[in-house]
Amino acid sequence: MRTDVLDTAQELDTRTVVTGRTGLSAEGLTARRRRKWASVGLVALMAVLSIPFVFPTLWMVTSSFKPIGEILQKVPTLWPANPTVEAYGEVFRLQPFAQQYWNSLYIAALVTIGTMLVAAMAGYAFARIRFPGANALFLLVLVGLLVPSEVTIVPLFRFVNGLGLINTHWPLIVIPIFGAPAVLAVFIMRQFFLGLPTELEEAGRMDGLGRWGIFWRIAFPLSRPALAAVAIFTFLKSWNLYLEPIVYLSSKDMFTLPQALTQYVDAYGGPMWNVQLAATTLTVVPVLLVFLFAQKQFVQGLAHTGLKG
Amino acid sequence: MTSSAVLATVEAAERKGRTRRPRRSAVARRDAIVGYTMVAPVVLGSVAFVIVPLVAVLWFSLHDWNVLANTFVFSGADNYERMLSDPGLRDSLLASLWFSIGLVVLNVTLALFLAVLLNQKLPGTTTFRTFFFSPVVVSLVAWTIVWSFLLQADGGINGFLSLIGIQGPNWLRGDFTAMVSVIIVQVFKNVGLNMILFLAALQGVPEEIGEAARIDGAGAWRRFRSITLPMISPTILLVMILTIVGSLEVFAQIAVLTGGGPGNSTTVLVYYLYQQAFRFNDFGYASAIAVLMFLIVLALTLVQWQTRKRWVFHEN
Repeated sequence: MRTDVLDTAQELDTRTVVTGRTGLSAEGLTARRRRKWASVGLVALMAVLSIPFVFPTLWMVTSSFKPIGEILQKVPTLWPANPTVEAYGEVFRLQPFAQQYWNSLYIAALVTIGTMLVAAMAGYAFARIRFPGANALFLLVLVGLLVPSEVTIVPLFRFVNGLGLINTHWPLIVIPIFGAPAVLAVFIMRQFFLGLPTELEEAGRMDGLGRWGIFWRIAFPLSRPALAAVAIFTFLKSWNLYLEPIVYLSSKDMFTLPQALTQYVDAYGGPMWNVQLAATTLTVVPVLLVFLFAQKQFVQGLAHTGLKG
Repeated sequence: MTSSAVLATVEAAERKGRTRRPRRSAVARRDAIVGYTMVAPVVLGSVAFVIVPLVAVLWFSLHDWNVLANTFVFSGADNYERMLSDPGLRDSLLASLWFSIGLVVLNVTLALFLAVLLNQKLPGTTTFRTFFFSPVVVSLVAWTIVWSFLLQADGGINGFLSLIGIQGPNWLRGDFTAMVSVIIVQVFKNVGLNMILFLAALQGVPEEIGEAARIDGAGAWRRFRSITLPMISPTILLVMILTIVGSLEVFAQIAVLTGGGPGNSTTVLVYYLYQQAFRFNDFGYASAIAVLMFLIVLALTLVQWQTRKRWVFHEN
């Protein structure tokens, strides 16, 4: 298929030259024309398919500037007729949204940094250092991959409650760094270090570096691509965490963003759409902008977690 | 999101682990100490937050434990017997089954279709790839909130449908349409990840084979079916299993979009577990459901490892 299309592309480029030639059969010409239309058709198809991916986000942003009446209009308008930032004021008036934003941000940042360090160390040791029981310990860590967080939520809740840490951010920070969510990061780091040429470390050893020195000065800095992948998916996972916050947190000033977003409801429990959309816009747009600027790292990083190796 | 990456990485790690081993060092003993220190955080963390809770959930499941009433009485297999006759559990398993089937079929088909389209080297491909991938980085709850508005009876989707003369249903209020809605919201959210996995696999298919088949007169569809599809079959199976396992963990979408309703038509297993534990305070029964869920994930993983060699085309 692919070669077929590559040919088409080349043919499109040289079409003017080719059609200018006299020796060309009429059939070849129609075949080429058909292919050209086929590729136009495919691009149009992709454009149509993009709608459910792009429209919700786009509509969310523009609608957050609409008065409520316009949002509830039967046929959705893309651009606000009477733009207003009223909903944004409400976002901060109804809930301590800035505090909640900060909660999500600092929790995700700590979890990301913590996971990077823990995973890089463990990944390096499992990949590079021979020590008795390494395989057994590795298998033990591996169990974490088989356990969805929902399975252990009851005992973990009991545990956190027993420590008196309900309605604190501790469980949202400590459990992801050391528990099951970190295991994937350990694997990614281990894979990376397995593929790192040993010569670099030999050179370090010649220069008199010990294991820690080799790790900190050579291996860790070289693992930046894998660390970037770990950082991206760890941050996103923490940022999007929903079950754990609603289980562990109970007061609004402690809430994280996903939890806070669902709290913009009127006296009857119905959602206040314009305020919700403004709050979701504030949640989504910064991450989306970072994604657009560092797209390659995001796609590679997230795909890397699934494929590399 | 990451759940879908988990198994693939285990596999990859296993593959690499087999082919390459770290060399034995002369300063083995000092090295070993450093090794233990470095793995200590994640090993201790795994014990404290994975192994112990896993054993605990099994232990709790053998108890009659109501948090509000503050009862904790050993009850043997009572919770498991209750499962057998609990219509709520049966419904939640069915809901999970339908959700998984719908999600896997739609997600894998669409992901493969998009990947094939993107692999055509057409103008604008990079932009479209960005479009298809972008929901992956949108906050899940935010994405669900926006869709829940679009899916209202007088929301955007029915607005569009009315433009072409179709009277849309009240999506979130019908048993069937609510399930369809949850599936669709989830598909568009995450299909970009599977698409990227497929795209990478497609790009690994050597062009010479397709070229040779073309010279032999094979049409585009024939080449896709007989060459491309078998060549990327390992990725297809992998993506399917990852999507099924991921589908078992669908929680936020259900909580925000339907709250398990209407009735209990979208109360999937995880949501049922959550309700039993944190709404009805029945920690014992919730633990038994958690054990069931763990066994399902375990079984799926084992199936994957067993069938991998039989189903799937390998180059070597």
